[in-house]
Amino acid sequence: MDDDTHVDRNVLSALREVMEEGYPELLDIFLADSEERLKALRAADSAALLVETAHSFKGSSSNMGALRLTELCRQLEQQAASLPCAAVLELVGKIDREFAGIRPLYEAERQRCPAKI
Amino acid sequence: MQPLEPLTILIAEDSAADRLLLASILRRQGHQVLTAANGAEAVDAFREQQPHLVLMDAMMPVMDGFEAARQIKALAGETLVPIIFLTSLSESEALARCLEVGGDDFLAKPYNQVILAAKIKAMDRLRRLQDTVLQQRDQIARHHDYLLNEQRVAKAVFDKVAHAGCLNAAPNIRYLQSPYALFNGDLLLAAFTPAGDMHVMLGDFTGHGLPAAVGAMPLAEVFYGMTAKGYGLAETLREMNAKLKRILPVDMFCCATMLCLSFQRRSVEVWNGGMPDGYLHRIASGERTPLPARHLPLGVLSPESFNERTEVFPMARGDRVFLLSDGVIDTCDANEQLFGVQRLQQVFAANRQPDALFEEIEQALRDFGGEARDDVSMVEISLLEPEQITPPTLVYSDSGQSCPLDWSVSFEFRAATLKRFNPLPYLLQLLLEVHGLRAQSGALYSVLAELYSNALEHGVLGLDSSLKRNASGFARYYQERNARLGGLQEGYVRVHLQVAPTDDGGCLTIQVEDSGEGFDVERVMERPLDAIRLSGRGISLIRQLGRNARWTDNGRSARVEFIWEALA
Repeated sequence: MDDDTHVDRNVLSALREVMEEGYPELLDIFLADSEERLKALRAADSAALLVETAHSFKGSSSNMGALRLTELCRQLEQQAASLPCAAVLELVGKIDREFAGIRPLYEAERQRCPAKI
Repeated sequence: MQPLEPLTILIAEDSAADRLLLASILRRQGHQVLTAANGAEAVDAFREQQPHLVLMDAMMPVMDGFEAARQIKALAGETLVPIIFLTSLSESEALARCLEVGGDDFLAKPYNQVILAAKIKAMDRLRRLQDTVLQQRDQIARHHDYLLNEQRVAKAVFDKVAHAGCLNAAPNIRYLQSPYALFNGDLLLAAFTPAGDMHVMLGDFTGHGLPAAVGAMPLAEVFYGMTAKGYGLAETLREMNAKLKRILPVDMFCCATMLCLSFQRRSVEVWNGGMPDGYLHRIASGERTPLPARHLPLGVLSPESFNERTEVFPMARGDRVFLLSDGVIDTCDANEQLFGVQRLQQVFAANRQPDALFEEIEQALRDFGGEARDDVSMVEISLLEPEQITPPTLVYSDSGQSCPLDWSVSFEFRAATLKRFNPLPYLLQLLLEVHGLRAQSGALYSVLAELYSNALEHGVLGLDSSLKRNASGFARYYQERNARLGGLQEGYVRVHLQVAPTDDGGCLTIQVEDSGEGFDVERVMERPLDAIRLSGRGISLIRQLGRNARWTDNGRSARVEFIWEALA
């Protein structure tokens, strides 16, 4: 995966600067919350729930510099009510795969920080 | 970048990562941070901690951002607590909803630190502005109450001074005045003279509030004091002008119309300095003669330059003088059009019942749609028969035990004095030292005044009273009087007063002589008394009010007596 189109490195360095010692914690929370949201997307039984979760996921991904993930969530938020079931499932699958792809990057960032826990 | 002042900021955001990020950004900018994970927590945190500013996520569980914003704004009341919505809501409807519920701004995700700092700074400026406005509003309210109280006190003092007059007691005066007229400078005074004439003054001080009202008190004191002593219009005006000139600041003055209505002589004497035209309404012809301002207001000219010249008009029974302040003419409607003199004239022209004039003018002002003002003052004085008017009895402060009972005095007033001095108030005060004469002070003053004016005008100045036969002749008579008095070089009026005890009480003998040509006494005595005629009433008045009236030395010397019975 070409890192730059998936995760904006400048955002990450800005985050590191702002958060200082809190950077590892931020990464942890993001990863944990994202797992929860993915579960919710897979289990969602209503369009409203899909929209809500996609919206929320979109917000935090954008703050963390995950550009493509943000875009995919935006699409799901806008179209969940109008797309047929199959198309929705496909979109959720894409989101799942995108997150799986960028996850190692965040974990690597986590490792890079000195272990000041 | 450091902000000007650290604020306490509440973050309401359900996404933990976003919340943490935002909190760090804000702390780095020097602020104190409170956090909430949903709308309900946000409202509670606001209630307990009173943050300066709120960053509110729109979508949250339990209670969403919109409802939380509504509740927080309600809790904040008058204070401005800016709410910045955090949103990646794209639809304009959703964004509009943020503002609808009281949001002041919004911030998109991903968070931009620079924009966030700028928005916080701008919101804080607004917050502090609102705070200043509220503080100043409260201060203004306090000052306003204070001023109102001062006015209440001033009005109470003034009312004591003003109620020395006969405004409410006299049956021939009708007036309309707001209770707050005083604080717009409008002043209305009325009092009887010792002779039973009536002095009325409608005044309008410059300015508003206390400065406008404060000049009224010294003016009222002069008006009442001098009128009660028997001073005429001219002397009273001169004193009032001098007093105001002395005590008021340079740019303050008092426009005034002053009248002396004489029920016995059936005339009105008028002086108008700067007021709108008054109107003399003659019932018989229906004509309304304007009484325009011929002088500057009181308090402008120095005593040397002051012009106290008055105009005299005859009046018949039932005639009225109508005065109004400029509040009537200056009433404005919504388009800033003035009510104006023409509309007033229209009301006059349409008026059929003289008694309804006030109501008709008020109705016209209402129809005009003008804004109601406190300085709309109107007064109407009618000429009634002297018998219908009962001046109040004078109150004396001494017991009369030590009064002079056997004495005489003589005065000779020569040309230079006749021009500028009215001896009547002084002579009256002297005579009122005699206790027994006090009950007749009105008659005494009337007789003295007639004798003196006959001696001066017909004797020394040589004026012919038959000139006063009609309205235009009347005006000419008084013009001629002023002209001849101004140019007087020689002549005198002598006044002799003698008080002597009698068996029953006492007797006052008044003798007045003049240096004039005299007149044919027999012919004047023979003339039948004509009730309507404007001239020639003086002699019969003296004969009616005094005893043993006699004219000798070809009419140049007049003599009359007053007697009284000793009081138990």
